[in-house]
Amino acid sequence: MEHIPTTWYLLLAAILFSIGAGGVLIRRNTLVIFMCVEMMMNAANLTFVAFAREFGSTTGQVFVFMVMTVAAVEVAIGLAILVELYRHVKSVNIDSFDSLKG
Amino acid sequence: MVEYVWLTIAFPLIGVLINLFFGRLLEDAFSKWFKRSEVTGFIGSVTVVLSFLVSFAIFLQALGIEHFSHQVKLWDWITIGDFHVAISFLVDPLSIIMLLVVTGVGSLIHIYAVGYMDHDEGSARFFTYLNLFVASMLVLVLSDNYAGLYVGWELVGVCSYLLIGFWFFKPSAADAGKKAFIVNRIGDFGFALGIFLIWSTFGTLDYMEVFHEVGASHGEFASVINWVTILLFVGAIGKSAQIPLYVWLPDAMEGPTPVSALIHAATMVTAGVYMIARNNVLFAMAPNVSLVIAFVGAITAFFAATMALVAFDLKRVLAYSTISQLGYMILAVGVGAYAAGIFHLFTHAFFKALLFMAAGSVMHAMKGVIDMRRLGGLKDKMPETYWTFLIGAAALSGFPLITAGFWSKDNILVKAFELQQPNQAFGIILYTIGIITALLTAFYTFRAVFMTFHGEPRDKNLYDHAHENRRVMTLPLWILAIFSIGAGFLGLPSKLGLPNWIEDGWLYSVMAESHEILEHAHHFAHIGFGLEIALLSISAVVALVGIFGAWHVYIRYPQIAVDTARYAGRFYQLVLDKYRVDELYDTWIIEPGKGLADILAKIVDMNFIDKTLVDGSANSVRGLGHIMAILQTGYIRNYVMVIFVGIVVMGVYFFLL
Amino acid sequence: MAAIAVIFSKNAVHSALFLLLNFIMLAGLYILMSAQFIAALQVIVYAGAIVVLILFVIMLLGAELGESVPTWFTPKNMFVALLSLILLTLAGTAVKRNFPENLSTLNTPSDWGSVENVGMALFTDYVLAFEIAGVLLLVGIIGVVVLSGWERKIEEIGPTPIKQLPDIPYIQQEDIF
Repeated sequence: MEHIPTTWYLLLAAILFSIGAGGVLIRRNTLVIFMCVEMMMNAANLTFVAFAREFGSTTGQVFVFMVMTVAAVEVAIGLAILVELYRHVKSVNIDSFDSLKG
Repeated sequence: MVEYVWLTIAFPLIGVLINLFFGRLLEDAFSKWFKRSEVTGFIGSVTVVLSFLVSFAIFLQALGIEHFSHQVKLWDWITIGDFHVAISFLVDPLSIIMLLVVTGVGSLIHIYAVGYMDHDEGSARFFTYLNLFVASMLVLVLSDNYAGLYVGWELVGVCSYLLIGFWFFKPSAADAGKKAFIVNRIGDFGFALGIFLIWSTFGTLDYMEVFHEVGASHGEFASVINWVTILLFVGAIGKSAQIPLYVWLPDAMEGPTPVSALIHAATMVTAGVYMIARNNVLFAMAPNVSLVIAFVGAITAFFAATMALVAFDLKRVLAYSTISQLGYMILAVGVGAYAAGIFHLFTHAFFKALLFMAAGSVMHAMKGVIDMRRLGGLKDKMPETYWTFLIGAAALSGFPLITAGFWSKDNILVKAFELQQPNQAFGIILYTIGIITALLTAFYTFRAVFMTFHGEPRDKNLYDHAHENRRVMTLPLWILAIFSIGAGFLGLPSKLGLPNWIEDGWLYSVMAESHEILEHAHHFAHIGFGLEIALLSISAVVALVGIFGAWHVYIRYPQIAVDTARYAGRFYQLVLDKYRVDELYDTWIIEPGKGLADILAKIVDMNFIDKTLVDGSANSVRGLGHIMAILQTGYIRNYVMVIFVGIVVMGVYFFLL
Repeated sequence: MAAIAVIFSKNAVHSALFLLLNFIMLAGLYILMSAQFIAALQVIVYAGAIVVLILFVIMLLGAELGESVPTWFTPKNMFVALLSLILLTLAGTAVKRNFPENLSTLNTPSDWGSVENVGMALFTDYVLAFEIAGVLLLVGIIGVVVLSGWERKIEEIGPTPIKQLPDIPYIQQEDIF
């Protein structure tokens, strides 16, 4: 099997993370922001797996398993909150949620 | 057994906890079978009785051991630098005798209160406070250092406040509670200063260490000791209701009668006497201060007795007599007769508690009426109360030979007579005041007896309502009555070759050091057998004359009293108005104080503190808040942006720098 | 790449589909790394569950067009892009600096990521983590139920006297929805 060096995976993870972070900041659609957050998590997962392979351990993969669990729960609850929010504000534009304004 | 002394405090505290948290619940749970006060009262009484049993066991252990003195240390309380205070108890004859008085009389009063409070809804609260009081008082008498003494001192003050104001819906009771508390604070202030002075001088608050250091010194602490004793005595003035701070005690009668009996007659008010006796070494080394103390005591005794002569409220008569008897005790410790003071404290606790409880029994039977002008002729309606009250009254007036009050009071008077330093004349003056007071005491005590129990009933309705109280109330009366007679034989005059167990035996080890100091200074003259007999006879005659006088005036020729009152006119009115001391304080202390407070409030507080400091700080915070609020846009994206920028900045910092 | 497309699609549905593509790509990478278990999870959980859920909500809310007038090249967005680039550079530098050479992974056994091995690890050494994951999921389920169902139930059943006052005739119960 071909062996792609770990470094490349790490760089890819960095790119994915940066794109995700930029997306969170640029986009106004809350759902898209959600997706970007997921993407950032995936970047983290990628580094976990890359290092796990590097050291030949299963710990990293267990960690990924945990992250995925958290992600699933987060999406479920986040989307539920979003639906409720939508009922109140009739919008998914993140800038319309400004009731925290001081 | 000594190491279990903490149990005496723990038991009442358990009672406090149970009654405080579950009292109402238990009362409700058992309401089918028992009255409310019986449930919580049972808990309260049992805990105090247990405490008494422990005390008694300790007493038995200590009996017959010379120089019995144990320090029982529980744990360190405060340790700051070289300032150490331990929660630790001193068990010696003096604290044991106080233990017995507090828990013994305390248990009887608890039992009595079960009957007395049976019409009251707040019995759970009542017994909580009462148990708390017992625990606090035990802290006061058991502590082996001044810090613990002060804690107990303040705790009993709080309990006193709570219990005087127990019927807080009565404005007079609430006011009386506040008055007692505030007047006591004045004394406590001096007391605290005294303790500070002790610490700054000796670097310790432990009794034994302080006494040891004082004993080892050669007069270099003389002026400090003068100040310490004066300040401590200021505390005693407040707590033991001496002139000029006695004004709170008569008003304290607004509380329930068991409270008056326990706190304002038998135990708490004697704390000042106990404290002076405990510090007998210090006070023996300050003869001038002691002389002042003796005079304060004597004058208090006399004035209070005159006020008791004219009061119409039965409980107030007893309150003034308490002040008067406390005056005797203070006189005793002032002339250096510490054991005599404690002995009088011991007997007084019995007969004054008895008198109060008997008075409460009358009050309970008469629907709360306590004005002697409406009583009368109750002898046949309430025979048990009458006889026990009579015994208490005999003890209080010093009925010769058989009552406790006779022996303990005479002991004090003889000691006053013997006083030699600085001048024999002082001793004679103190004795004279004391003996005149004894005459007045006998007179007003039996005035109360005759007006309440003899003669024609003055209020027919009330008289018909009267009934003897339940056993739970009369039994404690009888027990106290036995002690009111029997306790006197513990301290017979040794000059006559009779055994004075309490002074020469029990308390001797505690007082040995001060005894030596006084002996060294030729403090007392030692009078002979004949003179002692003569003094005893004078006391006896005086008591009998007083009782006879009361009978003469109030039973045989009731007109005399009315005529005298009319004849004395304005003076009578003055005494009846309690010498207008309250009004005097009002004009000279409270009004100027209010004026000063007004000035401070209107000018300093409103202009400077409110406008500049309070409003200023609020305004500055509000201004800052407005600035910060701009940052709070409410747009989540902005917050995320800030986080993101922060991460990048941190990354740059860590990786590139 | 697919990731870029996620953030630049105007339509949220397109974004989601690109995200799906992205996840599947990652799954492929995991297989390349011979982490079969993770790859399977990636496909099932992310691609299968999460993206589908997101898509479902998008369509439910009709929220395809979050920004009606997309303005891409505002100064703020430029600033964000700059920040992202800086972050990328930083991460890249970190990777390069800490792992300068091509790390050898040859000694890693090829079956380290098999379902069997990961399963063994999950149920032996990390059994507590596994249990916690289960509890977490349960909490998530309850949370969602509470969030989406509870309040409306109370609104419908519970006493809301103001709404049901009969003397406001023009408000019909149906009008609330």
